[in-house]
Amino acid sequence: MLEIKNLHVKLEEEDKAILKGVDLTVETGKVHAIMGPNGSGKSTLSYVLSGRDGYEVTAGSAVLDGQDLLALEPEERAAAGLFLAFQYPVEIPGVGNMTFLRTAVNAQRKARGEDELSAGDFLKVVRAKAAALKIDAEMLKRPVNVGFSGGEKKRNEILQMAMLEPKMCILDETDSGLDVDAMKLVAEGVNALRSEGRSFLVITHYQRLLDHITPDVVHIMADGRIVKTGGPELALEVEQNGYTDILAEVL
Amino acid sequence: MAVARVRSAASEARLAGLVLPQGGAWLTAARGAALDRLTAMGLPGRRDEYWRYTDPTTLVAADPVPAALYDRGDEAPAFDAIDRLTLVFTDGVFDAAASDDLSLTGVEIVRLADAGARDIHWARELYGVLEARGQSPVARPLAALNSATATDGVLIRVTGKAAKPVSLVYRHAATSSDAVLHHCIKLEPGADFTLLESGPGAARFNTVTEVEIADGAAFHHIRTQGRDHERRVATHLFARLDANCRFKTFTLTANGVLTRNEAVVELLGDDSIAHIAGAAMGDGGFHHDDTVFITHDAERCESRQVFKKVLRHGAQGVFQGKILVKQGAQKTDGYQISQSLLLDDDCQFLAKPELEIYADDVKCSHGSTSGAIDDTALFYLRSRGVPEKTAQALLVQAFLVEAIEEIEDAAIAEDIRDRLQGWLARRMG
Ligand SMILES: Nc1ncnc2c1ncn2[C@@H]1O[C@H](COP(=O)(O)OP(=O)(O)OP(=O)(O)O)[C@@H](O)[C@H]1O
Ligand SMILES: [Mg+2]
Repeated sequence: MLEIKNLHVKLEEEDKAILKGVDLTVETGKVHAIMGPNGSGKSTLSYVLSGRDGYEVTAGSAVLDGQDLLALEPEERAAAGLFLAFQYPVEIPGVGNMTFLRTAVNAQRKARGEDELSAGDFLKVVRAKAAALKIDAEMLKRPVNVGFSGGEKKRNEILQMAMLEPKMCILDETDSGLDVDAMKLVAEGVNALRSEGRSFLVITHYQRLLDHITPDVVHIMADGRIVKTGGPELALEVEQNGYTDILAEVL
Repeated sequence: MAVARVRSAASEARLAGLVLPQGGAWLTAARGAALDRLTAMGLPGRRDEYWRYTDPTTLVAADPVPAALYDRGDEAPAFDAIDRLTLVFTDGVFDAAASDDLSLTGVEIVRLADAGARDIHWARELYGVLEARGQSPVARPLAALNSATATDGVLIRVTGKAAKPVSLVYRHAATSSDAVLHHCIKLEPGADFTLLESGPGAARFNTVTEVEIADGAAFHHIRTQGRDHERRVATHLFARLDANCRFKTFTLTANGVLTRNEAVVELLGDDSIAHIAGAAMGDGGFHHDDTVFITHDAERCESRQVFKKVLRHGAQGVFQGKILVKQGAQKTDGYQISQSLLLDDDCQFLAKPELEIYADDVKCSHGSTSGAIDDTALFYLRSRGVPEKTAQALLVQAFLVEAIEEIEDAAIAEDIRDRLQGWLARRMG
């Protein structure tokens, strides 16, 4: 369970508040969606949860299954089971995708006191999972995300998620830039991972993705806060009417 | 145009005090000629154009600064798993007992110390000859000093495809050793040869390697320097290529108080390629200098210089690389990149890339960059659970990849990558 309470975040470099009291609880096994206008703080929330530099938490807390996330290094958060599929996946020239995946999987296993996967076992698992996402062997050999199309990068994020088997998955606009078929693949990838012990926080602008990944709860974020929470019908309302009515109602 | 050089009294005194080794008619003559060259140019000083970034004082002083012997610990010797013919030099002296027999199919190997008395005509046409050619337009006094004073080294003539690489292994045994080695390598038409070099050579180590490559021959050179911390090293690699040749040299360097690697390559025949690459890591009070001069004097030749340096804790990196394209060297393809990765604010990278082009149909590019580790990439790796230090090491390796890719032989490249990984794990893991 992820519990975010009264989270206030400002930029480290300047006096600019971005998150202004986020309250959000994602129960284990549930899928929550966050929608909200551009610039409302959705990506910032995902970065702060995963430990990116440049932000200062001025108040509040974020706890994953009893562990204070904000006290941990990014890699410790990952080992604790947190995963962020980036809105803009990063290109790393010179680091092979396979090396990257194996290093990540084994680092997490080590951090949890588990044995490292043998090269053979790793290869078997990664091949099967990549095939399911239609990521070919050639792509696995290339440097991380280098020369990948927008959609390939997003599928690569889901592959990483599938390999790392996190408890709490945050997907930041994983649907943007995907064609209809790729969207289905990604949704299938996510649905295949849905389980009692795993939660999702899906950030999206569109109902399209939520047609495939049905959320249990939908939140609307605006100006650094969760301003409205509802069921799947809330996403449909946004899709039809935009945010104007909802924001007028809550403000 | 020859560059005017500044003479100092100390340099004059040191030159006057030089005593040339005896032995061998042609070698004595070659040494004498080298001494004349050296006397004419003087020893290098800080005011010389190509010594502004690197202080030659300890390289030219009469006596070497002592260097503690280095304990490699549990690290495997370089090229351990490679099938090779090993020649060992301890403090600059050939160690026959520790070396393999000097016999290899397609290859003729003679110790320099034994060659002087014999009339080995190909060696006498090479020893000091490429070095002398390489003195213009930029003087390289340490190379002339080497030709004048070297007493040991190997002369290698390759007539076909060498059965395996020749591996020169240097050992450092005396804390004040001052070693001068001179190697000559001649590749006959169509020959194919790989030279490996590794190991700390001496407290102060001066090597010159002259390589003559005839039509259609291929020369590969892979070298490791390090991690002996206190060494002071000056190396020169002079090469002359005929037509349709391949020349590839790669050096992996770690640490060392002072390392100056010079490469002087002349492309004299059409359709040849010369690649010169280096990956260096300096941590602490270390200084590493790559100085390269490539002359294109034929058509359709390709040259590539790829130099990468990772620096931290006050380490200094220098790159001085020049491409000279002579008149008539049409369709030249010259590429040069020098980059440094600065792991903290307290290190320095000085680069002096130069292009001088007298032909009109050429493609030449050069670039030089200095930068820190990419924070975004670092965070991305960490967010996947990779510990910060491991992530840094991965990014350092990634930075060096372009240089390491210049090694053609897969097994040797693997050896170099493993070594690098080991070094990084030690430093950053
Ligand atoms: N490092 C930063 N420097 C300056 N401004 C920032 C920084 N990070 C975030 N912001 C600002 O904070 C606000 C929230 O940004 P954020 O990226 O979290 O929005 P978002 O809800 O994800 O928007 P989108 O839907 O467009 O992805 C924006 O106004 C953005 O410009
Ligand atoms: Mg965003």
